[in-house]
Amino acid sequence: MSASNNINITLKVWRQKNAQSKGQLESYDLKNVSTDSSFLEMLDQLNEELINEGKSPVTFDHDCREGICGACSLYINGRPHGPGNRVTTCQLHMRSFKDGETIYVEPWRAAAFPVIKDLMTDRSSFDRIQHAGGYVSVNTSGNTQDANALPIEKENADKAFDAATCIGCGACVAACKNASASLFVAAKVSQYALLPQGQVEAKDRVLNMVKQAQKEGFGPCSNTGACEVECPKGISLENIARMNREYLAASLSK
Amino acid sequence: MSEAKGLIKSHTVKKYWMAATGLFLCIFLIGHLAGNLQLFMDGYEGRLQFNEYAVFMTTNPAVKLLSYLTYFSILFHAVDGLVITINNRKARPQGYAYSKPGENSIWSSRNMGILGTVILAYIIVHMQNFWYIYKFGTTPFMMSEDGSSPLLKDGTVVKGGSIENGDVVMAGENLGPAMRDLYEIVIQGFQEPLLVAFYVLGMIAIAFHLMHGFQSGFQSFGLKSGKYGKLIDKVGLAYAIIVPLLFAVIPVYLFMIK
Repeated sequence: MSASNNINITLKVWRQKNAQSKGQLESYDLKNVSTDSSFLEMLDQLNEELINEGKSPVTFDHDCREGICGACSLYINGRPHGPGNRVTTCQLHMRSFKDGETIYVEPWRAAAFPVIKDLMTDRSSFDRIQHAGGYVSVNTSGNTQDANALPIEKENADKAFDAATCIGCGACVAACKNASASLFVAAKVSQYALLPQGQVEAKDRVLNMVKQAQKEGFGPCSNTGACEVECPKGISLENIARMNREYLAASLSK
Repeated sequence: MSEAKGLIKSHTVKKYWMAATGLFLCIFLIGHLAGNLQLFMDGYEGRLQFNEYAVFMTTNPAVKLLSYLTYFSILFHAVDGLVITINNRKARPQGYAYSKPGENSIWSSRNMGILGTVILAYIIVHMQNFWYIYKFGTTPFMMSEDGSSPLLKDGTVVKGGSIENGDVVMAGENLGPAMRDLYEIVIQGFQEPLLVAFYVLGMIAIAFHLMHGFQSGFQSFGLKSGKYGKLIDKVGLAYAIIVPLLFAVIPVYLFMIK
């Protein structure tokens, strides 16, 4: 175990009063930040100082702080969830930064993710995409069938599970030069497309979810692959390929 | 189709069109390259073969059909690409103050619109250089090996014939259009170093465009997955390097040998 060090950093944080106001980057010097603290704990430290100074604290999304809820976001030093791969911002630690470093902290940027305040964006567009088809209709008759009664090929079960690990954080959108939600939609389409339970509504699902994503203002997919690199859960581009196949087949037959 | 407008309105469908036209143009490039490689043959035989090939390419009905398909693909790819680029920009009205896109994607993939614009400019100049001159301009004519007699388009040497208004005439009788000497136009054209440089630059733009575009087309159709995914990446990279390189070598070679 290496001993914890304290570092001093300069933060350039996006401050924006509300959705209507313009917003700008503001600079804060933060001293004695433990390298063992998470990025969110560092922001907590900043906020305590701001509150003590009688200033408005920085608003940012967070919830579970263990990398599974998808609430934390933040575009840190030019990348979603900061440097390193396969981590959410709550899993990012200050040991990833150097003493004296300047760190840029910005909200996700997308027409479909409008800023609510400071670093917090409205990601309800993702919810509406889910509502458009990201479910399986199950009759709750009172004698629900055992889930394991349906045999499912191991390979497909694994792939469906991998797709289902998407936490809906929006890093894919933040990373994409077109603010496209393709990886998110593809994960949500794939987790059902690979399972027998998902077949009944498969065509409507892909058509409606893709349509909703476009309606929300997410951009087209340029296949740059930035999303896959930045996804904290490592959702594969193969899901986008699957979504494109499903969409083509559904468009031609529906 | 659930809705007729779904044929073009959807982002995904626009990408299908992009992929279909782009991949068709990849096939076209192979054919075009095969034709160009004939320029490596020198001497009278080489000249005759290239000029006969030029006649075939401008008169054969099947080639004509393919050429219309090619023009359509280029124009559709350009217009569709422009619309997509506009939509790309719309989705992020406010950009990041500090961004490092190089950490997660290759430069080509993020600049297909710019590369496409350069390629379109290249195509326009290229069409003017050869296609327009060959079809509508004043061109030299193909002559028999001893330089005395003109040739008909089918390659027949008309001994004692002369050329009037582009037609072969003998003893007052018009025997039909004379074979033009495209080979000469190409050789002469590439004596100009600036033009050679422009063509090489055009091919570099095409190489970078293909480096992303080839595999991206397969991905748009959902054909990139599993073991084929890696294969498509490899074939795409090889294609993106080899095809433009061979194209670019020709003007450089023609410039060097004269």
